[in-house]
Amino acid sequence: MYFKLKIWRQKSPEDKGGFQSYELDDVSPDMSFLEMIDVLNESLERKGGEPVHFDHDCREGICGTCGMFINGRPHGPQRGIATCQLHMRSFNDGDTITIEPWRARSFPVIKDLVVDRSAFDRIIQAGGFVSVSTGGVPDANEIPISTSIANEAMDAASCIGCGACVAACKNASAMLFVAAKISQLALLPQGKIEAKTRAENMVEQMDKEGFGTCTNTEACEAECPKEIGLVHIARMNREYYFAKQSSESLSEREKVHEG
Amino acid sequence: MNWLSQTLTSSLGKKLIMALTGLFLILFLTGHLLGNLQLLKDDGGQAFNEYAKFMTTTPVIKILSYLTYICIILHVIYSLILTIHNRKARPIKYAVSRQSENSVWTSRNMGILGTIVLLFLVIHLRSFWYEMHYGSIPTIEYEGGGQIKNLYQIVVEAFSQLWYVILYVVSMAALAFHLSHGFQSAFQTLGLRHQKYTPIIKSAGLLFAILVPALFALQPVYIYLKNL
Repeated sequence: MYFKLKIWRQKSPEDKGGFQSYELDDVSPDMSFLEMIDVLNESLERKGGEPVHFDHDCREGICGTCGMFINGRPHGPQRGIATCQLHMRSFNDGDTITIEPWRARSFPVIKDLVVDRSAFDRIIQAGGFVSVSTGGVPDANEIPISTSIANEAMDAASCIGCGACVAACKNASAMLFVAAKISQLALLPQGKIEAKTRAENMVEQMDKEGFGTCTNTEACEAECPKEIGLVHIARMNREYYFAKQSSESLSEREKVHEG
Repeated sequence: MNWLSQTLTSSLGKKLIMALTGLFLILFLTGHLLGNLQLLKDDGGQAFNEYAKFMTTTPVIKILSYLTYICIILHVIYSLILTIHNRKARPIKYAVSRQSENSVWTSRNMGILGTIVLLFLVIHLRSFWYEMHYGSIPTIEYEGGGQIKNLYQIVVEAFSQLWYVILYVVSMAALAFHLSHGFQSAFQTLGLRHQKYTPIIKSAGLLFAILVPALFALQPVYIYLKNL
């Protein structure tokens, strides 16, 4: 297969960057999208050029490292897959493919197609955990959880933090990511103890990072490689509003000192 | 900052204000429509004029109308704040973007639709609300009712102009699209989502979004055709 590639090239975070066109022939339809970029990079290196930088790791859709905005959509034209699971047979011979990095103020470009997603890490650090000492594996059914709740929590936990939700959202909102990370713990007994402070702190950190706000376009749900749904955003909203009106988190000035 | 203002200035707090004011305005639309249906009565405007008098003189209605003004203003201001914030969240736009493949047009263009509705509202309020409250309106006398303002005459005069009728129909179409997303979106924002109820909310929202603007648009069309 023959492709014309338009790829965003940017030397450094400070560089202005721009599109570069490449032509690639003899691409196998069975190649993954990342393998196609590998082939391009080998040919660039042979010619003494700088290879296209891009994030990748497991290449089987479970690590969330890869992510490219391909022909106007995160992770390309297919639903429910990451860029590494996209194959060249999804395109037509002779297509022009435009490849851009995730675009968001909170995801600054490091180089070419590599963006800095540490904003997600800081949101997790703000509350995406359970503070219990982990011992051995507990006995099955020691803590009773219904199958439907366990499944729902597992759906939320399938988030790989790739950032496609932010990339897809017209407002560059991270609410699907944050909602999944709040949901996966809020649904389970172990996570209920810190549910209030978790919702408060994670939403506060999300706002600090400068992500946009949700307008319920449902684009994130459509583009999520793990098909995580808006039902989790509704849960996050409930968790947050409930936490805000009933939690004990107050500033020193607001606290009433008794006794 | 205290906890309440901290909540309301957070991203989710601003969305909460959009949802609550939006839902109140949906209630307002329902009430406004029920009243306006008096225009369709073939009684020379008596029922409508009595309704208009009731709406401008009853204390409870006065409180509700002030609440409506506040909701409109808050809904507009917060939409501007959120839109500016959301634009800033993506300073560099995509060269190629195929949003139509992952979301519906109305959900992405609430701002444009809302702006059309707001512009309509300014013209609409100037024509009728302002005239009723501060303008000089001819009065009419009904049996046992004394002299009351004849707003019906003003309405009939306005709707005998074709451009005015077209403006109303176009604006109601914009309102219909705005509501088709806004109705269910408000419930989602409030976190009111459940497998049992969300399908009902979505269907009811769609029905409301079609029926209410259609009935609003029917009135100018009906009066225009009646007076041809």
